[in-house]
Amino acid sequence: MFLDETFRLKVGLAEMLKGGVIMDVTNAEQAVIAEQAGAVAVMALERVPSDIRKDGGVARMAPIAKIREIMHTVSIPVMAKARIGHFTEARILEALGVDYIDESEVLTPADEEHHIDKRPYKVPFVCGARNLGEALRRIGEGAAMIRTKGEAGSGNIVEAVRHMRTIQKEIKQLTVLGKEELMAEAKRHQAPFELIQWVAEHGKLPVPNFSAGGIATPADAALVMQLGAESVFVGSGIFKSDDPEARARAIVKAATYFNDPAKLLEASEDLGIGMPGLDISKLAESELMQTRGW
Amino acid sequence: MPPASPKRVGVLALQGDFEAHRKALAAVGASVVEVRTAAQLDGIDGLVIPGGESSTMLKLLDAENLTGALAEFGGRRPIFGTCAGAILLAKEVTRPAQASLALMDIDVERNAYGRQLDSRVTHIATEPEFGERTRPPSDLEAVFIRAPIIRRVGADARVLAWYQGDPVLVEQGKHLVATFHPELTPDLRVHELFMSKL
Repeated sequence: MFLDETFRLKVGLAEMLKGGVIMDVTNAEQAVIAEQAGAVAVMALERVPSDIRKDGGVARMAPIAKIREIMHTVSIPVMAKARIGHFTEARILEALGVDYIDESEVLTPADEEHHIDKRPYKVPFVCGARNLGEALRRIGEGAAMIRTKGEAGSGNIVEAVRHMRTIQKEIKQLTVLGKEELMAEAKRHQAPFELIQWVAEHGKLPVPNFSAGGIATPADAALVMQLGAESVFVGSGIFKSDDPEARARAIVKAATYFNDPAKLLEASEDLGIGMPGLDISKLAESELMQTRGW
Repeated sequence: MPPASPKRVGVLALQGDFEAHRKALAAVGASVVEVRTAAQLDGIDGLVIPGGESSTMLKLLDAENLTGALAEFGGRRPIFGTCAGAILLAKEVTRPAQASLALMDIDVERNAYGRQLDSRVTHIATEPEFGERTRPPSDLEAVFIRAPIIRRVGADARVLAWYQGDPVLVEQGKHLVATFHPELTPDLRVHELFMSKL
């Protein structure tokens, strides 16, 4: 599958987005702020995750007029979210011409057993994952980019850290095993054998691995990058803070200079007040978004 | 005689597929340095500006006072730009208009093929000179991702490869640009060509 031309193009765009920040935006005005701050792409959605969490109800693909307006306004890639398993929302977004589709747990799932078969699409997909098995199942279905899920709309980095550490640890473990041990690992991770073999041989995922869900500060972005994320998605963290322009610029800087404490100090000055955060251990199981996905 | 020490090549690592360039450069014998500050330009023989988002790179270049340092470096050492890198090296940029280093006499239109659905892997025809300076065969596999098109080439610039009648690999003096991504294919000839200019 890695020699397939379409798949190379899908992964190719993800390669171009490395070392950058993908920002959630709900209208053209926010998209301009994101682009001006140095975002590598924007994610068009109807409400940011913290508002979805607050408002409740069913969260769907964003209104087409809104996505189109954003596509016409900025020159950077535009992504949009489809519900898990909602393959017609995905076909509509492809027909609209978005650059990437996020089959996302932030929206209300449309199918509680199956994800979209992403291979026949020309548009690339990104999917969330909490562990290696989930990441490889999504790649097996055709995802060209993985993002660790974290807990969207929480302003709390703890889940993003847990998921990135879990995936990195599970990758490292595979690299020290003998070939005869890998089928049992495929069974344990509930992942395709060929992908388990690929990861064991190469010591990384076969597609770029970004981080999402709870990033609210430049320090948060640098933390997940140091743990192995190749780019970051920031949702509510920017437009729910009291100075979105400054915070967006600062997080862009932190994604580039994630290993440079002096630059991170500069990025962390004068940011105003960040978004309010949630204690995830106080959330009910039914309030978690990260457990959506199978 | 001791073997010549390897050429030191920087890769601008503000954002984009700098890791892919690092691997390709290492494979053609370069000693590779990631460049994120002006001080890291000291002591390198050449620089690669990778693919990525040119608007993001421009913002970071300005915010970190790197624009002047890069222009000065390009005045004395070779730079190789791919895709976003080609946009940064151009004289004029359109769709939308944006600032650039203007180190080469070419004009570039951003995202000129369209969006990601118009990205493509294809084969392109090279000028005979390309084969003479590298190795056969004469054609190249080219990966275009939301690629720009070079709309004008100045009198001092030379086109080394074409796609659909548009220049896609262009050299002017020390500098080299490609609107496609040689770093995403196993064929190392374009990187070898750049190394031969150092």
